[in-house]
Amino acid sequence: MNFLPLWRYRDQLIDGTLVTLELTVIAACFGLLIGTAGAVALKGRAKPTRWLVRGYIELFRNTPSLIQLFIVFFVLPSFGLKLPAFEAAAVALSLYFGAYSVEIIRSGLDSVPKSQIEAGQCLGLSGWQVFVHILLPPALRNAYPAVTSQFVLLLLGTSLASQVAADELFHVAGFVESRTYRSFEVYAVICAVYFAMAMSFKILFAVVGALAFRSPRRR
Amino acid sequence: MRSFSFIDFVSLLSALRWTVVLVVLALAFGAPLGLGLATGRISRIAPLRWISAAAIQVIQGVPLLGLLFFFYFGMPVFLGIQVPALVAVTVAYTLYTAAFLGDIWRGGLEAVKQAQWEAGACLGLSRWQQFCHIVGPQALRLSLPPTVGFLVQLVKGTSLASIIGFVELARAGQVVSAATFQPLLTYAVVAAIYFATCLPLTLWSRSLEARLDGSR
Repeated sequence: MNFLPLWRYRDQLIDGTLVTLELTVIAACFGLLIGTAGAVALKGRAKPTRWLVRGYIELFRNTPSLIQLFIVFFVLPSFGLKLPAFEAAAVALSLYFGAYSVEIIRSGLDSVPKSQIEAGQCLGLSGWQVFVHILLPPALRNAYPAVTSQFVLLLLGTSLASQVAADELFHVAGFVESRTYRSFEVYAVICAVYFAMAMSFKILFAVVGALAFRSPRRR
Repeated sequence: MRSFSFIDFVSLLSALRWTVVLVVLALAFGAPLGLGLATGRISRIAPLRWISAAAIQVIQGVPLLGLLFFFYFGMPVFLGIQVPALVAVTVAYTLYTAAFLGDIWRGGLEAVKQAQWEAGACLGLSRWQQFCHIVGPQALRLSLPPTVGFLVQLVKGTSLASIIGFVELARAGQVVSAATFQPLLTYAVVAAIYFATCLPLTLWSRSLEARLDGSR
């Protein structure tokens, strides 16, 4: 066991880590946007939109992320939409994360009893006030744990982007391995880096959650 | 170059059996290990709790792809032995399955009220009997829907074995796509086969959830 040869590649590894984080954050932001829009559409009255969103959720949750990435990267160019590796990975992961977010956000909104909304209306609050002051806080609180654990899964899932040669951490790992032939050390280090990132985010989310959602009554 | 024909479709379908083999192997080894981790998490022996908690955290904090590469490329070099792809892949999926099922089942076990254990103890049952006859069955009911839900994750996860060259459905898709130059059709068929495998599981999980409603 010899970890020393890896030290020469520390800059590449750090760059890869940053790209991984960038990819995760981009996919999470777009995914949450898709999730919110989808959840609103599911609550809406228009049946075709509801079916469309349902179809989207089932399609993306029941097929492997890897195949989705291959379709975005290898198939879309034949329709004239040629995306570079990083962008293709960002699109594929956003859509994947979005499909999970819709359900999470919808169930967060559903967790607020109807009577609370009616109570707000009885107090003469406007629709927007009801949404911001009554619906949103408990909905966020209920959706928060699921969103954060899905975020960590997304972080780990960005490793798939290496398969279309996006320059993220796992792709750098392959490069370093091909240069050093130290496969055991390289993948041990890479796994440790992912683990450190995952744990940091879990701790960060736990702290933020404890600070942000100090509810009057903890269930 | 040739075009996508019926024989390609058949070869994709028959590659599905290796996906199934991976899932079955992962469950056969991962489920007992997962049960061990779940019972370890609720054990009265503190070090056992710490070890199982740490094992679950570590495996869940590492990408599945990382596990696969570590056991396929890393471990054999370290041990200085040749490991067949199937063995390396099975080890990786076993750990992955054990960590997630262990966590799901721990949740189920913890959701059963403490009073149920105590009631069993009052009846003079041993801790093992309490687990088998009182808490286990109730926990099983609670954790069956998420367990089936995890099966979907596992089926989708087996697609990663393609990356280290294991010929299952996703890899067969790459091969056919390269031979026919028809990625659109090929990947659509591959996605459809995965979809047709996973959707029934998803629907099953959902109906179990409705039927075995834990809040009752």
